[in-house]
Amino acid sequence: MQFTVERLPDYAEVNGVGKLNMVAAPKLREVVADVVAHGSNHVVVNMAGTDFMDSSGLGALIGCLKLARQAGGDLRIANVQPQVQMVLELTSMHRVLTPYQSVEAAFSNG
Amino acid sequence: MNRFLVRLVVVLTIILGINYVAWRWLDSLNWSAWWIAVPLVLAETYSLIDVCLFGVTVWRLKRRPEPPEPDPGATVDVFITTYNEPLDLVMETALAAQRIRFPHNTWILDDGARDELRGLAEEHGLGYLTRSADWADRPRHAKAGNLNNALMTTSGEFLLILDADQIPEPEILDRTLGYFRNPKVALVQTPQYFSNVPADDPLGSQAPLFYGPIQQGKDGWNAAFFCGSNAILRREALMQLGLAGYVREVDRGVRQALAGARRAVRQARRSPQASDPLVSALLDEVAEAAEQASRELKDGASLSEITYRVRRKVDAAVQTLVAADFSALEADLAEIAAMDLARGEGLEVPDELDSAVERMAKRDWSPLGALESVQAILDAVSVERSDEAQPIMPLATISVTEDMATAMRMHGMGWESVYHHEILAYGLAPEDVQTMLTQRLRWAQGTIQVLLRENPLVQPGLKPGQRLMYFATMWSYLSGFAAVVYIAAPIVYLTLGILPVSSLSFDFFIRFIPFMVVNQLLFAVIGRGVSTWRGQQYSLALFPTWIKACTTAARNVWFGRPLGFAVTPKARQSGAPGWSLIRPQLVAMVLLAVALVAGLGRLAAGMNEPIGTLVNVAWVVFDLVVMSVLIKAVRYKGFNPLERNADAIHR
Repeated sequence: MQFTVERLPDYAEVNGVGKLNMVAAPKLREVVADVVAHGSNHVVVNMAGTDFMDSSGLGALIGCLKLARQAGGDLRIANVQPQVQMVLELTSMHRVLTPYQSVEAAFSNG
Repeated sequence: MNRFLVRLVVVLTIILGINYVAWRWLDSLNWSAWWIAVPLVLAETYSLIDVCLFGVTVWRLKRRPEPPEPDPGATVDVFITTYNEPLDLVMETALAAQRIRFPHNTWILDDGARDELRGLAEEHGLGYLTRSADWADRPRHAKAGNLNNALMTTSGEFLLILDADQIPEPEILDRTLGYFRNPKVALVQTPQYFSNVPADDPLGSQAPLFYGPIQQGKDGWNAAFFCGSNAILRREALMQLGLAGYVREVDRGVRQALAGARRAVRQARRSPQASDPLVSALLDEVAEAAEQASRELKDGASLSEITYRVRRKVDAAVQTLVAADFSALEADLAEIAAMDLARGEGLEVPDELDSAVERMAKRDWSPLGALESVQAILDAVSVERSDEAQPIMPLATISVTEDMATAMRMHGMGWESVYHHEILAYGLAPEDVQTMLTQRLRWAQGTIQVLLRENPLVQPGLKPGQRLMYFATMWSYLSGFAAVVYIAAPIVYLTLGILPVSSLSFDFFIRFIPFMVVNQLLFAVIGRGVSTWRGQQYSLALFPTWIKACTTAARNVWFGRPLGFAVTPKARQSGAPGWSLIRPQLVAMVLLAVALVAGLGRLAAGMNEPIGTLVNVAWVVFDLVVMSVLIKAVRYKGFNPLERNADAIHR
């Protein structure tokens, strides 16, 4: 999986393209830890290019959520694809990580 | 051995057992000596249930054919867990793990964070992991925590878990990975076998009955247990377990936090400062936020957003209050200064000062304090689970023996497990009584903890057979209480002449003897040559350990008291033979011997009957023979490879 990071005034956008599985999970954690360490504690993970996610990938997202929260911010996800949405609902995890329609919408309510 | 014969003996055992115990309850109790009669019949009922559960276990005994070939593309991480074991022991296992034939990555999970071990691992090209910084000042959860930590930084599809002393064979993965071709299989457990145990196994270390018929029987019910080491797990199943546990914890936590927040706000309303319009408005705001959050929670709304919003509201309120408090404090100081000036002028002044001080002191229990406590509550349970090192805990942390709880949760989620009956790793057993007792105590405590925290009979998702399989193992750890009765009853008869049975007549023998015979036959048929005698001896002889496990685990689960947990040392403990370790058993043996003499004396004096004496003498002799294993155990000087019987290697 390829990650790119874009820092915007209100939040940082992390873009993941490919499969967010057990191989990509530790890498995602590193990328977000780095983003948070550099001062952006509001993070949006743009999942438009993530066509597959397994439990390890979801576990990594939760780990990243914790990082952002502990730094006083938050992590949100946007543009989830059908398979990812299914995994979220199967585990009831959509109640913890609610998907947003777009990156812009993620932090629009503060 | 054919399945029909096993089932026949099981049915006979259960029928004859019920025949005997039902008669005991209905027609044989000596009510005039109820204080021993009732405990004895309860103990016998306990044992009957134990035997029935064993019968159910072996009913579906599963002998698996040759395992399927592994998928060549499977990726595997081999985890070697260590805490304080000697480095050469860890390295021997790690290097053997490196030589496993199927492609894999080997990792040493060093909970001791020893630099020397890190160096050795690097030198040999082995992975080396220690706890991340997140674990500082948080519950470490022993081995489960160690594995959970490693799961977050590795990526193999499958995980082979090895204790530091379990030296794997090179073919271990080739023989086991094939089972995972079935996508529902989450666990493959292989036997734990110990290479440092002499043929007569004085400490009862080998568990041929468990790593054999019992696990094969559980396998038949899709309930083969995870035993902590020598097992291969599917990462996806573990992670799913972690996620499900996380959502459950968060939901429960948020519910509790919101209830706590509302309570704290109500409390704060009663404080005198709540009359201040600013304070009152802030409290209203927070109360409204908590109220709304509870409503949203019921509707299944996003937990993270709910807690985030409430937390933000409380944070803002606290900030406002702190700012306001500073000014209030300054005002108070000015007031105090003014009072100081006025001191010389009137008698009522000291009273005024007192009340000012009191007002200030009350600030500690003020709305600010209340809101700060709300913050703390929200922190402790909010979605990031800041009380734990990592939000996702794939391996269960509810018990000191993480393995059983983890396997049970996996089965509850619909995953399948496999018991592969082939020794593929060779470990080291304790070589002294103290270490052995510590280990047994830990296993028993862990098992009872799981029983009390997640009773298999009521856990959702488990099939009836699986419930019984988990319950059977837990039930067997309650044997300590029955053992005490089995030791006390013959002593009572031989010394006092009091019989718990109304008469030792033909009625007794015609029911008891057939039951005992088929019961032993059942073990003989199932055991087929493997020695189950040691296991039977220890299950009675370690009664103080089993009782201690039950009481400490119950205190731990119900009252939050510590277990007094210790890691099992792998190296032999030095020092003199530990007779004091088995003091209760020595006392019991002396009492049994005294009872023997007393009983013969009473017989000679015509005070006891011959048949009663005969039965009870035989009973006492049986108890003594069973417990004699402990004498052997305490005198055991550790393993000497030269004495090893070659037969013991290839059972």
